[in-house]
Amino acid sequence: MPDTIPGSLRSYLHGLPGVDEVGVRRRAADLATRSIKTTAKRAALDLAIRMVDLTTLEGADTPGKVRALAAKARRPDPADPTAPPVAALCVYPDMIGVAAQALAGSGVGLASVATGFPAGRTPLEVKLADTRAAVAAGATEIDMVIDRGAFLAGDYGKVFDEITAVKAACGDAHLKVILETGELVTYDNVRRASWLALHAGADFIKTSTGKVTPAATLPVTLVMLEAVRDYRAATGRQAGVKAAGGIRTAKDAIRYLVLVKEIAGDDWLDSAWFRLGASTLLNDLLMQRTKLGTGHYGGPDYYTID
Amino acid sequence: MEIFEYAPAPESRSIVSIRPSYDLFIDGEFVEAKSDERIVTVNPADEEPLAEVAAAGEADVERAFAAARRAFERVWSPLPGAERGKYLFRIARIIQERARELAVLESLDNGKPIKETRDVDLPLVAAHFFYHAGWADKLAHAGLGPARPLGVAAQVIPWNFPLMMLAWKVAPALATGNTVVLKPAETTPLTALAFAEICQEADLPPGVVNIVTGAGDTGRAVVAHPDADKVAFTGSTEVGKQIARAVAGTGQRLTLELGGKGANIVYEDAAIDQAVEGIVSGIFFNQGHVCCAGSRLLVQESIAEELLARLRARIERLRLGDPLDKNTDIGAINSAAQLARIRELAAAGEAEGATGWSPPCPLPERGYWFPPTVFTGVTQAHRIAREEIFGPVLSVLTFRTPEEAVAKANNTPYGLSAGVWTEKGSLMLWTASRLRAGVVWSNTFNVFDPASPFGGYKESGYGREGGLLGLEAYLNG
Repeated sequence: MPDTIPGSLRSYLHGLPGVDEVGVRRRAADLATRSIKTTAKRAALDLAIRMVDLTTLEGADTPGKVRALAAKARRPDPADPTAPPVAALCVYPDMIGVAAQALAGSGVGLASVATGFPAGRTPLEVKLADTRAAVAAGATEIDMVIDRGAFLAGDYGKVFDEITAVKAACGDAHLKVILETGELVTYDNVRRASWLALHAGADFIKTSTGKVTPAATLPVTLVMLEAVRDYRAATGRQAGVKAAGGIRTAKDAIRYLVLVKEIAGDDWLDSAWFRLGASTLLNDLLMQRTKLGTGHYGGPDYYTID
Repeated sequence: MEIFEYAPAPESRSIVSIRPSYDLFIDGEFVEAKSDERIVTVNPADEEPLAEVAAAGEADVERAFAAARRAFERVWSPLPGAERGKYLFRIARIIQERARELAVLESLDNGKPIKETRDVDLPLVAAHFFYHAGWADKLAHAGLGPARPLGVAAQVIPWNFPLMMLAWKVAPALATGNTVVLKPAETTPLTALAFAEICQEADLPPGVVNIVTGAGDTGRAVVAHPDADKVAFTGSTEVGKQIARAVAGTGQRLTLELGGKGANIVYEDAAIDQAVEGIVSGIFFNQGHVCCAGSRLLVQESIAEELLARLRARIERLRLGDPLDKNTDIGAINSAAQLARIRELAAAGEAEGATGWSPPCPLPERGYWFPPTVFTGVTQAHRIAREEIFGPVLSVLTFRTPEEAVAKANNTPYGLSAGVWTEKGSLMLWTASRLRAGVVWSNTFNVFDPASPFGGYKESGYGREGGLLGLEAYLNG
């Protein structure tokens, strides 16, 4: 349920402390030098695998491709049953039925993008219908996009109302709100959009659609992690963060986990509170995991392409 | 759920070979000291001896000055600037090539985290040599020509940034055609001796750089030597005053870079999370062994409570321990003497009624350690608000108006550094223009660049190092 924000949304959001761009970049760069080795690396790789939202969001997606990805989500490394399953499979709405069938009984979540993903340039009724249809088809998580145009025009009320409406349409499904930070550009905007989405009822705030460059970056994710940390301190409600787009290597993924640990804290080091939206990342995580276990790298053909 | 805790990630020390014993570096060679006094330098993280070095006596210092004078007259000052520049470029490149080794050596001898030696000290050391190498043949274009070098520079440097302070002293002296006799601090001589090897490797003409190790007596002999044309000292205000007295009336040029009690002013509209980072790097960078540390936090009353809550949460995340671990944020205190000084002042803070706080933070059993500490309820009258602690101890004061912030910030015998945190440009400029400090950082802290002059007001010393002003200090106009 949305909270009540005292006074006007605008004065509230603009009253949040500013973000100094140089400082936030410096902090992110500093944390990126953390050296994660041996047992820590092992724990981080498994944790990262469990946090992956394995994603396919292409116009060319077919039921066959989605079924293949679902199999991979359940058992990412066919050669090693100790590799944990991923958090969720993330697909377009028309693929939910296929995905739900393929994931049945696995415990892997089923996320669907909705609300006119990726641009969100459809009327609210269409967005709500999109959401309801996705939930009805079996999606347990909805990844919505905000109206960036309205946000940049200063029409915060419109953005807030859309999120609350979509949240209501979600029912029991978890709502992830995509800020598309590459279009919001400034860290001040990222902070304001984060708080706006959190107050409007977001279960997760998510960096990007993956369709806009830049997608997830360490400094942007840092600002969003500060937002969920401070939001919980202020309201008592914990929300999650999803970094999506452009995270391709295990090294990158571990840098995000370091950020989660040192900015938000250990409470967020769980797939219930942090996700990595990615597709190619998973194979690198698996490869590094095997390397740690056996001491050598398998060739790319030892990991499934989807 | 498996817990994601950082495993130890120690940098290997095998890249460094420390000799059991070191001689003095005079006239291009390592020569046995005439004095038979020796000092032992230890690793402050575990108190293990690292090496023994000579304590140069007056006869040794005499030899070093004779070599420096000879090199100045016969080789170095007649050399065209472009040729001097070549040597400095060569030194800079060798430093870069040996950066990892030097970083490990510095961490071992000083106790500071490898993260800092690797990412801050060594890049800045190389940058200082590159920067001054570039000036060597362009002095006339810097409005400094036709300028003449002073002669032989007597240089005494502290233990907090051993190699960086060496670079700040040696690079401008050499670029302008001077030769040097340098004394590193008694607790951190090893990187200076490694630098002596680099001078050999670079084929620097003998006598241009002379390094005499030792303690206070050696330092006194160096700065009081009658053949010094210039004295450059970085260290405590107390010693700086002695030097100023000794040099008075001799015609020797003098620059002093002394203590500080920097104010870090945080206004209510500051970017609060980044301000917290700036406060942390202002006082806990290098264990607070920083003359320009932001050791007094002046925070506007309206946000004091929130800022301190965030600051404490942030400090709880600092990782204290093995300086060679790549994830260590806070290393060891450099010496037993310094640790005793920090303890004494922290105890005075408690005794005078301020409230100390440290995070739950187990300290290693061996070595010299002090936890990051924040004192609240501090007033201008407290010793911890007035005296330089030179350790990881922050004194927090509050203010209500910009006028009060500036008045409190300036109410100190020192004037080396200050920080201003606000998102409002006009307030930042208003404040910065009223602060009597050599460096004023805005929305950042402890950031250095060879092109930026560094130095103090009042008891923080005089003269500037770095940039054009730093060159001027080694030239006769």
